[in-house]
Amino acid sequence: MARIDLDHIRHSYLPSPKSPSDYALKEVNLTFEDGGAYALLGSSGCGKTTLLNIISGLLTPSEGELLFDGQPVTHLSTEARNIAQVFQFPVVYDTMSVYDNLAFPLRNRGVAEKDVDAKVTEILRIIDLEGKAKRKAQGLTADEKQKISLGRGLVRSDTSAILFDEPLTVIDPHMKWVLRSQLKHLHKQFGFTMVYVTHDQTEALTFADKVVVMYGGEVVQIGTPDELFRKPQHTFVGYFIGSPGMNVLPCEVEGMTARIGGHSVPLPVGLDPKKVAKKTEVGIRPEFVKLGAAGEGLPIQVDGVEDIGRYRILRGKMEGTALNAIVAEGVSIPENPTAIFDPSQTNLYADSWLVGEEA
Amino acid sequence: MEKTINNRAWFMVLPVLFLVAFTAVIPLMTVVNYAFQDSFGNNQFFWVGTEWFTDLLSSERFHDALVRNLIFSFSILAIEIPLGIGIALCMPKKGWGVPVCLVLMALPLLVPWNVVGTIWQVFGRADIGLLGYFLNSIGINYNYTQDPVAAWATVIVMDVWHWTSLVVLLCYAGLVSIPEAYYQAARIDGASRWAVFRFIQLPKMHSVLLIAVLLRFMDSFMIYTEPFVVTGGGPGNSTTFLSIDLVKMAIGQFDLGPAAAMSLVYFLIILLFSWVFYTVMNNAGGEKQQYAGEE
Repeated sequence: MARIDLDHIRHSYLPSPKSPSDYALKEVNLTFEDGGAYALLGSSGCGKTTLLNIISGLLTPSEGELLFDGQPVTHLSTEARNIAQVFQFPVVYDTMSVYDNLAFPLRNRGVAEKDVDAKVTEILRIIDLEGKAKRKAQGLTADEKQKISLGRGLVRSDTSAILFDEPLTVIDPHMKWVLRSQLKHLHKQFGFTMVYVTHDQTEALTFADKVVVMYGGEVVQIGTPDELFRKPQHTFVGYFIGSPGMNVLPCEVEGMTARIGGHSVPLPVGLDPKKVAKKTEVGIRPEFVKLGAAGEGLPIQVDGVEDIGRYRILRGKMEGTALNAIVAEGVSIPENPTAIFDPSQTNLYADSWLVGEEA
Repeated sequence: MEKTINNRAWFMVLPVLFLVAFTAVIPLMTVVNYAFQDSFGNNQFFWVGTEWFTDLLSSERFHDALVRNLIFSFSILAIEIPLGIGIALCMPKKGWGVPVCLVLMALPLLVPWNVVGTIWQVFGRADIGLLGYFLNSIGINYNYTQDPVAAWATVIVMDVWHWTSLVVLLCYAGLVSIPEAYYQAARIDGASRWAVFRFIQLPKMHSVLLIAVLLRFMDSFMIYTEPFVVTGGGPGNSTTFLSIDLVKMAIGQFDLGPAAAMSLVYFLIILLFSWVFYTVMNNAGGEKQQYAGEE
């Protein structure tokens, strides 16, 4: 097990990248602490798989240094890094039995057959496939195959970290919960460093201690689920996390007030007058938008209300920009409703980045 | 949902049935008919029972041709299959090399059989052929019209030249369908090059290899045109394969009865071997590949 540091890692798939847009990974400085459970979250093409492949050594970064426990490993081969990776589609060796699949990484490394047997038997018990040890891997279900992929990582005692590349994509929904909780349990038991790539926010938030949100080849925020929810550092984070995502409304800032159309909204922070921003926006979670009667807040044009059981989502527009509000059960929606923003939960964004409280 | 039963559907099959009847079933029945009769001029036929079959099965001429044909088929399989796999493994997976290689590989397959024969016939001639002249000039006595070994070598090399591409293309199709993640996983598991081949590439090529072996066996067992053009079955009878012998018997000697009996036995032998190959290879690979849906 090890701590993983990424130091000024940049990567481009082009031979001679020039502009920043040529880079699939713009510049990443990250530390995965030993034994931590991390999720890399982002939409497709944001560079999360690239980042993962750099850690596992399937890709060599164009620039920057990768360290395991302080030792540079940037140019070490995959085999020499003691990394395990579980892929999106289960990779099993079809013609081998489940047992041989698990023994494969050990046998390749010349481990004595007696030790192989002890280790494989242990892993079979852990991943709950003891009954199928002698079966060929070919006929198994997707979740069993994915467990074998994971098992091949666990079987090596020297594994520094286990990387997961959207491992639950092909798993049935009801098995996803089972596998995820087994994985969490294994993580607690073994304490390996775990990096989990996903584009599913629920998966990321329930699974990881810390979530790394990536957008356009950059890391936009690293934080606990709570931090991502309350203080999204970037409008993308606000938009990507939460269901529905954060409302982002273009505004003009005057001191501690934001002006949206002809209406004022109080802000917890002001914009540094020295700072020049091309674009300023107010961000507020639908959870913190309260509805008031006409005249109490900002007028909204209601497009529809969705009842999703526990609460309702009011979908509407304010000054032409989409705005969602979550309305608790039993609360009536007034005619011609207006929106009242909770000032403590209102965030101000300049050029898509959060404006911090003045320290 | 209930199935609709509609017998009119059978009418749809009629045209095909008609076509197959005229092109295959009726000619085959004619052959069966001939196989049990002796024919004389003037369309006179006499029932001879199984005489042609007993004659054939005890005929040395047939045994020799059969053995020659089996040796030929197994030799070219033993060369073309490993060679085809090897070339497919060396072919590039992406970039400009892919279309270039594919076109180069497809070229021999596009040449008509008799042209292939003519090419090699000329190529191997000691007086004007590049190969023949070269071999003789470095001191190898190579003459496919006189030396059975040279004749055999020519026919086998010609077949390898003509048909290895087919095996290559089939194997290549199997190889490119392997997702990149398999190779990545193998690297992480520390697999050797041989282990990658043995446990990833070979299993994934299994079904296309089966097709390759069947096609190459059937084709080579029925080979006629190319050896006929190059050696004419000679020198002596040394490259007379079953089909050449059959044509000699049917057209050359006009022995319709024995030729018909031989055709039927010939047909059954191909069927039998193909079935054996199919069964053996399918069992060797375990259950059928069911990957299409997962990629």
